[in-house]
Amino acid sequence: MAYVSIADRDHEIEHHDPQTFITKYIWSQDHKVIAIQYGLTAIFVGLIALALSVMMRLQLGFPDSFSFITPESYYQFVTMHGMIMVIYLLTALFLGGFGNYLIPLMCGSRDMVFPYMNMLSYWVYLLSVIILLISFFVPGGATGAGWTLYPPQAIAPGTPGIELGIILMLASLAVFIVAFTMGGLNYVTTVLQARCRGMTLMRLPLSVWGIFMATILGLLAFPALLVSAIMMLLDKTILTSFFMPAMISAGEQLSHTGGSPVLFQHLFWFFGHPEVYIVALPAFGIVSDILSTHARKNIFGYRMMVWAILAIGGLSFIVWAHHMYVSGMNPYFGFFFATTTLIIAVPTALKVYNWVLTLWQGNIHLRVPMLFAIGFIFTFIHGGLTGIFLGNVVVDLPLSDTYFVVAHFHMVMGVSPVLVVFGAIYHWFPKMTGKMYNETLGKWHFWMTFFGTYSIYLPMHYLGFLGVPRRYFSMGTTDFMPESAHTLNTSITISAIFVAVTQLIFLYNMIVSLRSGKKSDPNPWGAATLEWQTPDNPPKHGNWGHHLPEVHRWAYDYSVPGYPDDFIPQNVPASAEAPAGRDHGIHH
Amino acid sequence: MPLAVALIVLVVGSLIFHFMSPWYFTDLASNWSQIDTTIDITFWVTGFVFVAVNLFMAYAIIKYRNKDGAKADYDPENAKLEWILTVVTTIGVAAMLAPGLFVWAKFVNVPDDAIEIEANGQQWHWSYRLPGDDGQFGNVNGKLITNDNPFGMDADDPLGQDDVLVTSPEVHIPINVPVKFNLRSKDVLHDFAVAQFRVKMDLVPGMETYLWLTPTKLGTYELLCEELCGIGHHTMRGAVVVDEQADFDAWVDSYPTYAETQAAAAGNAAVGAAQYAVCAACHGQNGEGQKALNAPKLAGQSAWYLKSQIKNYQNGLRGARDDDPLGKTMAPMARTLATDAAINNVIAHIQTLPDNPAPSTVTGVESNGAKMYAICAYCHGKEGQGIQAMNAPRLAGMTDWYLANQIKNFKAGIRGEHPTDYYGKQMGFMAKAMQDEQAVNDLVAYINSL
Amino acid sequence: MTITLIFLACIMVTVIGWLLRQTLNTQPWVSNEIDDAVSGKSLDTNSKAVGLATFLAVATSLFGLFISAYTLRMKMPDWNPLAEPDLLWINTGALVLASIAFQWTRGAAVKNNDNSVRIGLAISGALSVLFLGGQLLAWYQLQAVGDTMARNPANAFFYLLTAVHGLHMLGGLWVWARSAIKVWTGAPSEAVRVSVELCTVYWHFLLLVWAILFGMLLST
Repeated sequence: MAYVSIADRDHEIEHHDPQTFITKYIWSQDHKVIAIQYGLTAIFVGLIALALSVMMRLQLGFPDSFSFITPESYYQFVTMHGMIMVIYLLTALFLGGFGNYLIPLMCGSRDMVFPYMNMLSYWVYLLSVIILLISFFVPGGATGAGWTLYPPQAIAPGTPGIELGIILMLASLAVFIVAFTMGGLNYVTTVLQARCRGMTLMRLPLSVWGIFMATILGLLAFPALLVSAIMMLLDKTILTSFFMPAMISAGEQLSHTGGSPVLFQHLFWFFGHPEVYIVALPAFGIVSDILSTHARKNIFGYRMMVWAILAIGGLSFIVWAHHMYVSGMNPYFGFFFATTTLIIAVPTALKVYNWVLTLWQGNIHLRVPMLFAIGFIFTFIHGGLTGIFLGNVVVDLPLSDTYFVVAHFHMVMGVSPVLVVFGAIYHWFPKMTGKMYNETLGKWHFWMTFFGTYSIYLPMHYLGFLGVPRRYFSMGTTDFMPESAHTLNTSITISAIFVAVTQLIFLYNMIVSLRSGKKSDPNPWGAATLEWQTPDNPPKHGNWGHHLPEVHRWAYDYSVPGYPDDFIPQNVPASAEAPAGRDHGIHH
Repeated sequence: MPLAVALIVLVVGSLIFHFMSPWYFTDLASNWSQIDTTIDITFWVTGFVFVAVNLFMAYAIIKYRNKDGAKADYDPENAKLEWILTVVTTIGVAAMLAPGLFVWAKFVNVPDDAIEIEANGQQWHWSYRLPGDDGQFGNVNGKLITNDNPFGMDADDPLGQDDVLVTSPEVHIPINVPVKFNLRSKDVLHDFAVAQFRVKMDLVPGMETYLWLTPTKLGTYELLCEELCGIGHHTMRGAVVVDEQADFDAWVDSYPTYAETQAAAAGNAAVGAAQYAVCAACHGQNGEGQKALNAPKLAGQSAWYLKSQIKNYQNGLRGARDDDPLGKTMAPMARTLATDAAINNVIAHIQTLPDNPAPSTVTGVESNGAKMYAICAYCHGKEGQGIQAMNAPRLAGMTDWYLANQIKNFKAGIRGEHPTDYYGKQMGFMAKAMQDEQAVNDLVAYINSL
Repeated sequence: MTITLIFLACIMVTVIGWLLRQTLNTQPWVSNEIDDAVSGKSLDTNSKAVGLATFLAVATSLFGLFISAYTLRMKMPDWNPLAEPDLLWINTGALVLASIAFQWTRGAAVKNNDNSVRIGLAISGALSVLFLGGQLLAWYQLQAVGDTMARNPANAFFYLLTAVHGLHMLGGLWVWARSAIKVWTGAPSEAVRVSVELCTVYWHFLLLVWAILFGMLLST
């Protein structure tokens, strides 16, 4: 490996100093502005999806009480809620939002390597969101096919939105994938090529590792969604038969010949399972950094954490068919996929152990970001363990397609990443805005969200054990469902509404703190990572003033023995340390 | 500190919830007790991890929460500890996986002595086919499916002649005999799931999937579709009845073979005309209906629907409830048609009667009704013409006051609540989503305009 | 899906194997002057080349998945193999020549031979447009004999795969056009050297993908 001198590097990054309001805040090529644009758009659509979930819960908790919720609109709410949350909120927020904000700052670069493409990435993403939102207002409405969009029903009569809704949905996904690819190429190339001097891969904070690996997964997995979207679009518009079998609808033969619905499911989940980790890995990384910073202790087992991220990323491509145990695929696949799925539990469990061991012998400051991070560990343990039920092929037989599945993936892919999102927003709010948020409101927000969500999803698992199927508009009288199960549904709905309303505290806190919050210290948490060492707070365009930082140590030098402060920023040279020098190696 | 307490409370609370929960697996009614055992093993292992890790975390938070002058330890890694944790986790995972794979192998391999039953799914109904005396299924082909051949039977295949065709969502199986269900779909994905049996499998159009089980407990178990199949997904219900062998045999005999359905004689309108005289007293000479006598229009209604309703009256699915006085007057009338042939004859006569649109008597806001009708159109057709394949009768041009009454009956549970009235139950789901009488009137007003 | 998995396994092995040779095995908490001197660039090459390599990995995944879908769909009974027009052989020839022309242009660009670069870009561009035109003509020939897209899944895949490959080439032609206009309006070849180098890689990739697709279409 040749070492290129630092002077060679800086000019490779194109600089465009913004001149006007428009180029500074709207048509901006600054990764921080783009990150905030991504973040705000994602949160905006996320709020829409939250409102949709409340409507769904109203129907489930109080069936047949609202005239605006028909079976059609219910399935549209379900579908759009799921799709928005998974793709347009979580993927966009973690990678487009936090990825954009953190990668250049944590790597010590001035910006992304291709700033213009980075800017386009946001505008194309916005276009995909607009197409998505338009689909609510076209004749026939948005698609109601469920977020998995399984053919034939996604484009066959009997499903709402088969006129235009599904076409716009697929088009929006295709546009989103273009946006993601433009952003993703940037994230990968920036991490590989634009780190500052001294920032070896193993000195990167875990946030960057998580986002980096998630981006690679996204780049390789999203094509599967693109392939299936294109082929389904053709099945819909020019009546090809990629996925569409010969079928009879309302007594009429359709013109499709023998396509394979199971092929779609293979392609969809080949994307869909890595997608879980596209959301989870950045959350893993960010939570590691929050835990370490607020426990004033290095992350435990850094190398194991990096290896686990790589292992989980690699394994995530060979577990997809665990979503298809009862799909009618060759049942012998079940042996293979159950085994790979349970293997992936091992590196995941190790990450959990290491988080908890990071707290052990720490000096734990329970500030708001830390509350969310620890809340995440709890919900993630819960969601991860229920995943073992569903990954084990025979246990999946009774539980598949029941509320147990809904509860599981909301625990692991809904509540857990969202707690990290909140923790991360509180953690980096002082950096992004230069202001401090209101700690009391932040704590209230945590407690109500944490308890509220658990009171939604813990009972929901038990509806699944009972055998209550998901995606039912109403249960009516079902022989094995006691009256109390309906009451439980009502209580879940009340909790859901409570949690939804609670998020207003968060919005209020953010808006008020942004306008009139206390000015923040540049490094209020005493964090060692580079983004807290910028010359300006919030950092300006170009991030580092005249000189790029140089890194001399890893990202986790907290409470180093013999050193007076309880943290050493990454850019402090070894000679500036206490006289004892760095004799701290491995303790054990 | 509150956080540590909260974690402990949540762990203890979760355990209490688990052990106190009245909501848990239904009583097993099949041979798949090994699935339940695997679930129990999984519960013990994951439950241990859940409690141990969370309590350790709570303890760490209490012990190492920030205190004045405290400093954290510096502890980059501990290879030995990490190895131990890896090995222990791997053992735990293997303990859950290994039994699961053994049980799965059993599920994949169907016993040789299993009897076979084919379950057919379509939006939003179940039907079944049994192989008949020869024990072999005849060929079917989706391209042959019509209203008169709903299974798509190949008329030239000798193996298919004795196949027993069950056009009802209810299927019977004999107790303690392994049963293999061959699953097929006519349109979209469906899923064959009975909670008490534990096993389930998707129905995929264009291919045949299967599951098998040995029922171990007599009873009627609700069959649910558990793969989203459109707006009527939640109404796609059926039942699996576990019978003693003799009862099962009797049930099979009560359904016609394919050859018998082909040989059934068409109704004789001339003979039916004489029998219709009784009906004419209320329904009118031309089957036009009479509001004063609460008798709906019959002319123009499809034959299959008239037949199914006469049978419903005969079998007590309609007209058997005290809160349905109007239905009760019809029930004894229906019973005067003692044989299938008699029913066919009367219906053949009704088919010859002139079909003039009934006068409009219900008023409402058509535009509101139009929005609601979008849902109805999935089964009853955009023109309200009725679709036999969906088991949905004609609505347009029929007596509107009767239609309004029936919607209200469905909504109130007067109609559609009989345990074997599967199609009525579906309509009940839809009617209950309507809010009030005004909504019903708006809807009927729109149907009048079709 | 096996084919896609093989593709992905190759990519993953490359990525992880390469990371291994990096500093993954060091103990980052131990202060280390060698690490302090690392430039922070993982690869001793232009960032645009890294960007392109990443994009080609994405394209590989895309085509790999199309091929997987093709092989899975092919097994269904309604599959009716398509007789590919012979014209495709000529198109393939044009693409091979375009690839060679780019290689030659690249050589000229490295030697700063402005005139050769101008000519080379013209030839390679013309051959590429010829290829695309030929593909369109092949579509037209198929339409003329009634082999439309909806007629059979084999047809549908033929149109789809050629269309995606054609779009992929159009993306390359956009970069080509920018460079070509630059040098034709008088810019020195130095200004487009990186673009020409990357286009060369891109065209070799296009050729490789086409060779695989064409081979698959012919053999099934």
